Amino acid sequence: MATPLKRVRGLGAAHEGTETFWRQRLTAMANIPLVIFLVLSIVSHIGASYADVRAYLANPIVAVLMLALIISAAIHMRIGLREIIEDYVHGEGCKVLALVATTFFAGLIAIASTLAIVKISLGS
Amino acid sequence: MTNKLEAERPLSPHLQIYRPMLTMMMSIAHRITGFGNAVGFALLTWWLVAISIGPDAYATVDAFFGSLIGRVLLFLFTWSLIHHMLGGIRHLIWDTGHGLDKVSIEVFAWATIISSVVLTVLIWVAGYALMGGP
Repeated sequence: MATPLKRVRGLGAAHEGTETFWRQRLTAMANIPLVIFLVLSIVSHIGASYADVRAYLANPIVAVLMLALIISAAIHMRIGLREIIEDYVHGEGCKVLALVATTFFAGLIAIASTLAIVKISLGS
Repeated sequence: MTNKLEAERPLSPHLQIYRPMLTMMMSIAHRITGFGNAVGFALLTWWLVAISIGPDAYATVDAFFGSLIGRVLLFLFTWSLIHHMLGGIRHLIWDTGHGLDKVSIEVFAWATIISSVVLTVLIWVAGYALMGGP
């Protein structure tokens, strides 16, 4: 039942609406400058020494941008990968397993990368 | 029983029935590059974790990315990132309701392909020039 309050909130019987769509767009917008930053970071550090790479990542501005990228990209990739699975994996069991694996994958990337950047920033 | 039902149901045309169109290929490319970016982020995580561990761990990762396969993967990752980013900008424009006419979608498609390749090559040439050769 769509009560007037639900209609105002834009929610129907599914109890959720455009959150995923909006989150995908929000992270997409954040990813535009952050991906440019990542591409330049990669290409400018090809074959760089350990000391150079470590000093680069220890820079607070670089660390903040890298953390922002990883969080935004992990959310964005989880949404996108789920969309691919929902469209192409038809067996119910396989689908659920793949969706769970996707969340674990995105979570693992976010946590491991964040820990690495924090470690590098704190010099430990 | 289910097989019989499936056989009698009217089926929508399969993908291979359609003549491949550029816009259709771009839609598929957006998904493939999105998936590729996820794989690339796993490589990025490996790189970051290795740096946080120490010089020995970094040497292993650096040897991989310094190899021919590593370099090719890195090049493809940067192209995939740029292609997906440009494709994403196209989607954000479409979200506003603009650029959905037949001419614009073709122009957007070609612009995405050409500029993603040109930008990636330019960035790599500049990167190698900066590092003093490959």
